[in-house]
Amino acid sequence: MSKFSKKRGKATPAISTASLPDIIFMLLFFFMVVTVLRDSSLMVKVNTPQASELTKLEEKSLVNYLYIGRPTDQYKEQYGTSPRLQLGDKFATVDDIPLFLEKHKIKVAENKRARITSSLKVDGDVTMGIVQDIKTQLRKSNQLKVNYSAKPKSE
Amino acid sequence: MAKKSSKDRLTNEINAGSMADIAFLLLIFFLVTTTIVQDKGITVKLPPWSEEEVDATKLKTRNVFSVLVNAQNQLLVRDEPANIEELKDRAKEFIMNPRGQEDLAEKPTKAIISLKNDRGTEYKTYLAVYNELKAAYNELWDEEAQRKYGTEYSDNMPTEQKRAIKGKIPFVLSEAEPTAFGDEK
Repeated sequence: MSKFSKKRGKATPAISTASLPDIIFMLLFFFMVVTVLRDSSLMVKVNTPQASELTKLEEKSLVNYLYIGRPTDQYKEQYGTSPRLQLGDKFATVDDIPLFLEKHKIKVAENKRARITSSLKVDGDVTMGIVQDIKTQLRKSNQLKVNYSAKPKSE
Repeated sequence: MAKKSSKDRLTNEINAGSMADIAFLLLIFFLVTTTIVQDKGITVKLPPWSEEEVDATKLKTRNVFSVLVNAQNQLLVRDEPANIEELKDRAKEFIMNPRGQEDLAEKPTKAIISLKNDRGTEYKTYLAVYNELKAAYNELWDEEAQRKYGTEYSDNMPTEQKRAIKGKIPFVLSEAEPTAFGDEK
């Protein structure tokens, strides 16, 4: 009589899982596209300061990263505690910057080269001396678009 | 015999049941390695390199808003100690000079902000100061955009509107060669 009793006895039909792989693949492709694999492991401690006037860095391929900070515990004995520059995955000096920029430049299409940005990921506790040297070197290498990496301010 | 069995195999289908598992495995891998966090920061255009120093002495003092940061991270704004909290409002007042004061900028186009730090200044102080000065300009641009076009200032505004605003209130920040009193050894 009741609607519910009718159903009793009937085997519950199994939900078709045939489309499950497709759904998973869709998700997979999404994550594959948005993923940027870290290409360099940090050898310096970088804790960027907070700021409010931030601009987003577009097009990752047009950005080169310069890390400045004090060597992490692992490298302290070898490299000391004074601030160091890291280019790619190794320690570098200011003199290595022009070559580093050039190496990045040749990978970028010619019509986009004017939009190359250098992202300075600098630890908040580093003194300005090394930052200034690097800025001067960037100016000498005619790499004038610079982005001081910072975290959004949480109030 | 062998022929027959291969014929049988043709009719067999590859079992796609484990496909989902494989896809899941890959999915989890990419989920873990993905960093969605956007890279953000303060974008700066450095001046081209030139050997000779810019001579600031021929500028009128009323048009220069000098900000000095020493190795103890203390601020000296227009020759008097200041706090970082008041920097933005003072910069805004200096640029616009709403009451036409004698000692503030003649007009926004003539205003120059001069920033000088020491080699011993902490980077976070430097960036905080830079952030405040940039915020002052951003707010002024915003006010200008509201007054003129009734919208807030953003990067996706029409280029000519942006140019008009920036032509009226240009962002001029000159950074002097830092002093080296507190340099790290």
